[in-house]
Amino acid sequence: MTEAAIAPPPPLWRRLLGFNLLTGIVLGIGGWYVGWYGAHAISGPSIEYFGDTDYNELSVYLAYIGGVIGFLVGLGFLNYPFARLRGYPPSLREKETGGWTRYFGLCTDHKVVGIQYLWGIGLFFFIGGLNAMLIRTEQLSPHSQSFPMGTYLTIVGMHGTMMMGMMTSGILGPFANYLVPIMIGARRMAFPRIEALTFWLLMAAGAILTTTIFFGGFPTGWTGYAPLQTEANAGIDNYILFFALVGISMTLLGLNMIATILTMRAPGLTWTRLPIFVWGVLSTAVLMVLAAPVLVAVLAMGALDRTAQTSFFNAAAGGSSYLYENLFWVFGHPEVYILALPGFAIVLELLPVFSRKPLWGYRLAVAGLLGVSLLSWFVWQHHLFVSGINGDLRPFYMLSTELISIPTGFTFLCGMMTLWRGSIRFTVPMLFCLAWFFNFLIGGLSGVFLSDVPSDVTTHGSFFSMAHFHYTIMGGLVFTFFAAIYYWLPKMTGWELNERLGKIHFWTMFVFFNSTFAPLFAAGFLGQSRRAPVYTGNLKFLNDWVSISAFLLGISMLVFLYNLVRSVAFVKKPAEANPWSSRSIEFQLPSPVPVHNFDRIPVFSSDPYGYGEGPAPSWVVPAGAPAGRE
Amino acid sequence: MATADPNAAAAPPNDSTNHGLRVVVAWFVLSAIATPLVAIFVGRLIPPGNASVQGTEQVFDNTWMLSVITPVICLLVVFFAYGLGSFRATSDAVVDGPPLRNDARIQVLWMVGTSVIVLFLAGFGTYELLQNGAGGGQGPNPIAVPSGSKFQVQVVAQQWQFTYRYPSLGGMESNQLYLPADTDVELHVTSLDAIHSFWAYELGVKADANPGVDNVVFVKTKGPGVFHVRCAELCGLWHPYMFNNGHVVDSGQFQAWAAKQQKLYAAIKPFMDKPESDGGAPYSKTYFPAPDRRAG
Repeated sequence: MTEAAIAPPPPLWRRLLGFNLLTGIVLGIGGWYVGWYGAHAISGPSIEYFGDTDYNELSVYLAYIGGVIGFLVGLGFLNYPFARLRGYPPSLREKETGGWTRYFGLCTDHKVVGIQYLWGIGLFFFIGGLNAMLIRTEQLSPHSQSFPMGTYLTIVGMHGTMMMGMMTSGILGPFANYLVPIMIGARRMAFPRIEALTFWLLMAAGAILTTTIFFGGFPTGWTGYAPLQTEANAGIDNYILFFALVGISMTLLGLNMIATILTMRAPGLTWTRLPIFVWGVLSTAVLMVLAAPVLVAVLAMGALDRTAQTSFFNAAAGGSSYLYENLFWVFGHPEVYILALPGFAIVLELLPVFSRKPLWGYRLAVAGLLGVSLLSWFVWQHHLFVSGINGDLRPFYMLSTELISIPTGFTFLCGMMTLWRGSIRFTVPMLFCLAWFFNFLIGGLSGVFLSDVPSDVTTHGSFFSMAHFHYTIMGGLVFTFFAAIYYWLPKMTGWELNERLGKIHFWTMFVFFNSTFAPLFAAGFLGQSRRAPVYTGNLKFLNDWVSISAFLLGISMLVFLYNLVRSVAFVKKPAEANPWSSRSIEFQLPSPVPVHNFDRIPVFSSDPYGYGEGPAPSWVVPAGAPAGRE
Repeated sequence: MATADPNAAAAPPNDSTNHGLRVVVAWFVLSAIATPLVAIFVGRLIPPGNASVQGTEQVFDNTWMLSVITPVICLLVVFFAYGLGSFRATSDAVVDGPPLRNDARIQVLWMVGTSVIVLFLAGFGTYELLQNGAGGGQGPNPIAVPSGSKFQVQVVAQQWQFTYRYPSLGGMESNQLYLPADTDVELHVTSLDAIHSFWAYELGVKADANPGVDNVVFVKTKGPGVFHVRCAELCGLWHPYMFNNGHVVDSGQFQAWAAKQQKLYAAIKPFMDKPESDGGAPYSKTYFPAPDRRAG
């Protein structure tokens, strides 16, 4: 319950010898070499012997699979299953470790996992952002100048894959893991070890993608289209393994969220009292569970094409490149809503707090989230409008794609009507939420052009579509990601972030984000093709403008990083328990939240949005009072 | 920041200003001014231009869509300009706003409005698409086929160039694309290795080149001119250099060019697939040597 209940930790040297990140890395590297040389024994010649004429792909796959297994064993994921096999009773003892070292190993406390996610995803977001800077450096000139062509394509692919793979869990990882149990009045997630596993799988995946540079990178971009995938060099194996691990991690994360939200809500927390953020997490989790396995399947087929000489995607041997495109986008389009929906939910969760009004149209907002979640399954072939597949189905996909604007419009309406006649406070998280409206409006309306076949013929595969999805994903997801950081980080770490630096961060980010991506709509209309370091000379001014804006956007991220490190590592000003005067239950708990969240399970009697409807209900049941289940 | 007084009463609804009416009036005025301006001055600037019937159609389509979304943008602009100005907190004290939770009329109005816009756009796009295919690749069995005779060209994409084959000229091949002016053209796009995308920018044509697939696209050229051809789907190392100029020329120039090409490439003619007139397939999907799996 309290810190005193935790046994004093053993000395540092003893802890380094146990199951932790260090052991995980050592065993991971060991497992990598076991896999690598094991594959030599199975399959003979390897990449080292035959240069670029032929490879032993198997060695790359087995090396990384061995590495991941070693990593997980070193972290201690097998300890509990073995303990159970030997007859020990069920327990969650990994939760009880104290001190800072629990952040560097297997920990089943959902709050620790949330913070691990925040730093882990932040690290890969930073790497992906650096790749973006390199892309814009190359684009300063209409000719290929800064990088060799293959290196440039690898940078583009790593940027896209890193962002799409890692940021999929960008909100569900840190914030849903941390907040959902608290918001529903539970003490843990339904499957705490699986929760930890999702995080460490993601970190292993990130390491795999980063090490693609040792295998020559990959030329396919984040979509990894076959047959280019099939004929690419060994770096694409890292891409396949990365995305497959991300897919497994996403599936488990989604299952865990669904199980937790369905089964562990505290007494009184009916579906209409659930915070809208939890609804957003639930609708996203459903998409994750259903979409990510398709990704794993299509990548497994790709891996078989490369290693076992199957021909799923090889037209010359009876396969079809359409098969890859179809399966990829069956995953890929729900995927972009996996990225967008948590953003919707965060905006709707924060607006009531900062306009001091109840969430307007709660049921409509829920319908909007679920409607997007449902419709996102029926739109994927709009990515294939000019591919020649199913020409007669294009009107249907045009309609279904445009129908998505209706539930998305619900989110806009509920958000706008929540602001209406409110008492709006322009705090840093609120500024990021308001920016969401602008960004997502531009992103959504530019999407209408891409959903319309005649317009899509002009804009498909150009910088227009690239600008469109950066407006929806960076403008939609990343802005709300920062809103969530500024809003909840004081609660999660117990330290306040500097508001002045936060405002500088917001305004520079907002201005330079728009200055970076708005001109790219024009560049796309004028015929600049995506993923190409070469463009016609008349686009040089636009591209120079965009590059300089992008560098300034990068600097604005450094302002945030400075604020974060300064606040958390140096200033360490303790945050108030409820700095925003929020009615949400997590802000009724001390900062940071104690290990077991609640001394007694709370009983809910209303939703958390009763601003202006009299005194806030007392969420946390005092000890000794009649309460719900323990 | 001051903490909320939990017992503070909600702000009394003494605000009798009709904010809603103001926003609606401002929105109507702004939309009435902005929409015609956008339709007249901005729409026509949108590429790809008027080099082909399909290009003109795309410009028309883009203009319509811009005109439809302009009032939507105006609504958001007016709402936020007005709302963020009028409803800001006036003091540091945390005061609650009026507890408005719902209004069925607004919900219905919003749903009807967005549905009308969406259905209109989908219907409009479908109508435009079915006119003549809108310049997009339609696959082997096209549904929007222009009537009348068509000049056929096969576009063969490979890493990293396009080859054009003219069945009506005895299967002549060239790495330059010349098209006769004022002609209905039927392009058959295919690939020998990875997925490419044939993008004739000024003509408003885009069709993916898939290995083993005959992707048909129609375009009706207008007057003589030059257009850009590039690959619009990442296809490997030298993807950005899959770039060339194409030409629309009048029929005399076209015949002259064709004769010159036939002479130039006469030496390789015996190695190519038989033309249709000699009993060969109209569009060969493979070449010799066969595409190599490790072409990258």
